[in-house]
Amino acid sequence: MAENDFRLEERLTAWHIGIALGALFLGSWFGPLQVLEHIGIDLYGKLAPGIKSYYQGLSLHGVLNALVWTTFFITGFLTFCAVHSLKMKLRYPWVNILGLVLMVAGLLMAAAPLLLNAATVLYTFYPPLKANPFFYIGLTLVVVGSWLTGFGLYFTLAGWRKAHPGARTPLIAFGSVLTMVMWQIASLGIAAEMLFLLIPWSLGMVQGTDPLLARTLFWFTGHPIVYFWLLPAYVSWYGMLPKQAGGKLFSDPLARLAFWLFLVLSIPVGLHHQFTDPGISPTWKALHAILTYAVTFPSLLTAFTVIASLELGGRARGGKGLFGWIRKLPWKDPSFSAQAVAMLIFALGGVGGIINASYSVNLVVHNTLWIVGHFHLTLGTAVTLSFIGITYWLVPRLAGKELWSLRAARIQVWLWLIGMLPFSLSHHFLGLRFGVPRRTMLGASPYLSPEWNPLLILAALGGLLLWASLLLYFFVVVGTVFGSRKLAQPAEMPVAEALRDARETPAWLDSWRPWLVATIILILLSYGPPLIDLVRSADLSSPGLRVW
Amino acid sequence: MSGFRVDPYEKGWMLASAAILLLFLLAVAASAFYGFSLPGHEGRVAPGRSAVEPPFANPLVVERGPGRYEAYLRAQVWAFVPNEIRVPAGSTVTFYLTSPDVQHGFLIERTNVNVMVVPGQVSKITSRFDEPGEYRFLCQEYCGLAHHVMFGKVVVEPRS
Repeated sequence: MAENDFRLEERLTAWHIGIALGALFLGSWFGPLQVLEHIGIDLYGKLAPGIKSYYQGLSLHGVLNALVWTTFFITGFLTFCAVHSLKMKLRYPWVNILGLVLMVAGLLMAAAPLLLNAATVLYTFYPPLKANPFFYIGLTLVVVGSWLTGFGLYFTLAGWRKAHPGARTPLIAFGSVLTMVMWQIASLGIAAEMLFLLIPWSLGMVQGTDPLLARTLFWFTGHPIVYFWLLPAYVSWYGMLPKQAGGKLFSDPLARLAFWLFLVLSIPVGLHHQFTDPGISPTWKALHAILTYAVTFPSLLTAFTVIASLELGGRARGGKGLFGWIRKLPWKDPSFSAQAVAMLIFALGGVGGIINASYSVNLVVHNTLWIVGHFHLTLGTAVTLSFIGITYWLVPRLAGKELWSLRAARIQVWLWLIGMLPFSLSHHFLGLRFGVPRRTMLGASPYLSPEWNPLLILAALGGLLLWASLLLYFFVVVGTVFGSRKLAQPAEMPVAEALRDARETPAWLDSWRPWLVATIILILLSYGPPLIDLVRSADLSSPGLRVW
Repeated sequence: MSGFRVDPYEKGWMLASAAILLLFLLAVAASAFYGFSLPGHEGRVAPGRSAVEPPFANPLVVERGPGRYEAYLRAQVWAFVPNEIRVPAGSTVTFYLTSPDVQHGFLIERTNVNVMVVPGQVSKITSRFDEPGEYRFLCQEYCGLAHHVMFGKVVVEPRS
């Protein structure tokens, strides 16, 4: 297929990713402000009257870095993945264009109250903290826009399957579409929360709301959203990284099995965020704890398959011995090293995740800085650093330019690792050992203990290194887009071959119906009874409050 | 269902992964066996009523038996009422909390007490205090502009 056949798709991708990077850039500025505040250096006064409080900054940090950066990057990247993997243009491009328009409109709508201190409700927006209605409507439009992107990809895949009867869907397209399907089912919770509770309430159509019902609908989406963030990284780890390492995908069928298990198991686990909530039966919490353990399994499977694939690469490049192949991996390629470091860190994050899910143990760490340490390993590194690694080939591809300063990109990756380890480990320890609460302006709190200080200082140093790493990253991106030389050859999407013929993959691993049915049944079993209980006893009597 | 070839090492890894997860699960099940339980349905209070109706209107500590106390607290913007609870060492205290306004949290340092406080709901959690001393409790959920000043303490007095 000729080069410019995907011009429209690539322009769409570029818009998505450009906006995502803008959000990451703006949101990241609050990171150092927060860690510095914790050690007594309060710089918020310098931001007045633009930013009015620590908590307004924290709301921006969370919404921009956890919600906007991820959603826009993912919708853009997966569109690119699907069309290039299927070698087929979008079947109805207007669906995807409309999706982008809705997402941008929603983003602007939500940004206004955030910037005006009218939505200082953090990115979990738990009622009865009541934000300006534009905040809720804007976020809802972003979600609906992302659904349209998903539909655009389904129509395209359906067209491909019709044209290729009996053929296995290429793995990258399969993983991309599956991610969007999982997200659409998962985000029904937040959509229901917005449409039935928060939007009518914030508009004054109803007087009160039920905070526990709202929390439960939020976490219906709030846990699978982390798989929505993670699965695009898995698409790259399975489908692209083995190629970048000079190897092959160790097992195509097991890669698909892992994706299917994520579809089935990502959603019926959300109550593990509500172990400490009143008004929800411990029985249902226990079921969700068990299912959370189950969803760990496909990640463990991924660890084997991906590392085995990289080993094939290291050996093909001349690596010998039990561990000698590791040294032969292409560590000088920042796209590879970023994703390899992300995987390494994800192993730590996964262990912490099992602890969080562990029913009783969760009490020790719930809502402490441990959690902040945890999701900076998972979302903040496994996902974000993987996406950064992907942009090291994708931005040159989209811009048609050479990567600006390979050396800066290489340094950026290791700087991230060196910053993240102290940042995250000290947060974990502060939560575990001292029960230091998260989302708290610690520097101004009367209960700040001197014994927390050494770890808070370590966290601040780590945070500053992370911020430096991110600034370096933006120099590389901006330099690539505006200052670099034109690429002689267009950069290609790396596509890993499977070690064995993908035709060996049985048909049941490429067939949607049974897996979708299992997904829905498991959701009904795990969420049906507790949600029915909450809806039947719903008490819409909490008036909204603006206490910031 | 047609199968596919799985590398023997990968098969071993999958079995080991499943076994480890099962082991963790058994450990969690054991904690339930030893009497651990998470908060559940402990009753409801309309947010508008909690400040005017007992037992949360005048929150207090009640002795229910030798060394057994019940403490009723309101978590509200931005204080716990009461913000100091005194019990003798060796006491078992069951805390009941509710919120008349926004969501809060209740975490007592150096204990396993950690629970969400949600308007409309009553949260219940129990802990034993053997060592005399001060155990600070603090709000662990963002509840507005001065969230970080919301704390109190359990003072465990030595037995005379």
